[in-house]
Amino acid sequence: MRTRGSLIVAALGLALHGLGPSQAKAQALIADLSEHRVSITTGFVGTEVLLFGATDGEGDVVVVVRGPARRELVRRKNRIGGIWVNDAEMAFDGVPAFYAVAANRAIAEIVPEALRIRHEIGSGYLRVKAEEGADPKEVRRFWAALVRNKELDRLYGKKTRQVRFLGPRLFRTKIFFPANVPTGIYKVEVYLIRKGAVVGAQTTPLVVSKAGLGAEVYEFAHRNSVLYGIMAVAIALAAGWLAGFVFRKA
Amino acid sequence: MQIYLPIAEMSVNVFWLLGLGGGIGYLSGLFGVGGGFLMTPLLIFIGVPPAVAVATEANQIVAASVSGVLAHWRRANVDFKMGGVLLAGGLLGSTFGVWLYSLLRELGQLDLVIALAYVVFLGIIGSLMLGEAGRTILRRRRTSGAGRKLHQHTWLHGLPFKLRFRKSKLYISALLPLGVGLFVGILAAIMGVGGGFVMVPAMIYLLGMPTAVVVGTSLFQIVFVTANITFLQAINNQTVDVVLAVMLLTGGVIGAQLGSRHTGKLPAEYLRALLALLVLLVCGKLIFDLVAMPDDIYSLGPQVTP
Repeated sequence: MRTRGSLIVAALGLALHGLGPSQAKAQALIADLSEHRVSITTGFVGTEVLLFGATDGEGDVVVVVRGPARRELVRRKNRIGGIWVNDAEMAFDGVPAFYAVAANRAIAEIVPEALRIRHEIGSGYLRVKAEEGADPKEVRRFWAALVRNKELDRLYGKKTRQVRFLGPRLFRTKIFFPANVPTGIYKVEVYLIRKGAVVGAQTTPLVVSKAGLGAEVYEFAHRNSVLYGIMAVAIALAAGWLAGFVFRKA
Repeated sequence: MQIYLPIAEMSVNVFWLLGLGGGIGYLSGLFGVGGGFLMTPLLIFIGVPPAVAVATEANQIVAASVSGVLAHWRRANVDFKMGGVLLAGGLLGSTFGVWLYSLLRELGQLDLVIALAYVVFLGIIGSLMLGEAGRTILRRRRTSGAGRKLHQHTWLHGLPFKLRFRKSKLYISALLPLGVGLFVGILAAIMGVGGGFVMVPAMIYLLGMPTAVVVGTSLFQIVFVTANITFLQAINNQTVDVVLAVMLLTGGVIGAQLGSRHTGKLPAEYLRALLALLVLLVCGKLIFDLVAMPDDIYSLGPQVTP
């Protein structure tokens, strides 16, 4: 809490000092994160990262957080002979693993349609690639299902989160990452919008990575899977032998 | 206290896992079964990806079976020759099973096949056990004086490659135990079980082995078959979560010891009837999940790691 407070003060200082008349135009907006790395440690249960910044005057702020793009497969079940069986699937390319939007008021009031499309603001505006030649109706259904499932996993924000203004120029918002957050390089985009036009924008990277014992186990399992397999078996053999030995004496 | 499982990529309460391991361990000690057939579905119920549940459970069974087989070895209840032939089949079967597993996962039919395999086997074993235990309870007072023949002769005894198994007092075709091992190996790889619940009846009724050596010999081959599965899953699918396995086996070892101490408190047929009901309960839940309308008929497929 104290570090967050001092960071905001630092930002305020930056905002007041750094924005000389010449810079004001070049930098209508500055923003930063309380942390640039989210570490998934053994005790990780999810975390919040604070985003804060200042504008050079009036305007609305929209924040878009985007996880690394990847391929996602969506499957659909159908009832066959009384049981539910996966019988259709569709792959999408360029799907952000994580996606969240925050704004100081309703997005529709701030951002015109053309801008939303250009900057992909809102999960309905993401430009992903569906399989070629697929029925557009089906694509829409599968895409809606993907977003719904991502929302259920809390990887896509269901609602726009709140950006709070402290006074006319300082703003802050919190970005929530759940325990199942995918690893990779995230992009945090901040837009300053005035009268339906983007007058300032900034992109800050954020790294989500596994750390500590968990990271080592994961790395080991993927990099050196033969040795990992042998180790896993050896641990089990030793544990079983030890248990047999201990409880025989007892 | 939460712990992040690095391979399952989820955060779970430590005491939950220890409790789960302990509870299933207690039951396995009480009933003298492996417990994999209960643990794997339960792990899936709490949200562990099926791929990770099956592979990790194989790893845990290695540990549970080692301490079991050591105890039987001390009492000279292991037929190593028979175990070796079963094992040869088991290694082939489980290797094929892991391959089949990866294929089904790619096709999106893995969860369905796992569920169906559980429904079929839990259903059959549960009903047979319940029926048998029920009959025993009903005529408990009567002592059966009819001596069972060592084994019946059928066409199975006409198969070639006959081998003598001294410990089991059998002279049968090696193809029989090889086939049994092969079949159980496939099941073990796909279902995340040791396969004792299929292996033991097959050894008694199909091979005609004396009951005394059945459990030890079955455990002997389960150790190596599940070790093989753990190893292959780690190499092919990277789905063995050692953190999860260690949590489960810690709870499991303690639970099993407590359970085995309480075994004598209830007559054997009541124990079997209870176990049968438990098996049928899990089976019923799986049937329900297959038949009931899912919350969302759409689901996300497995992540393809770049």
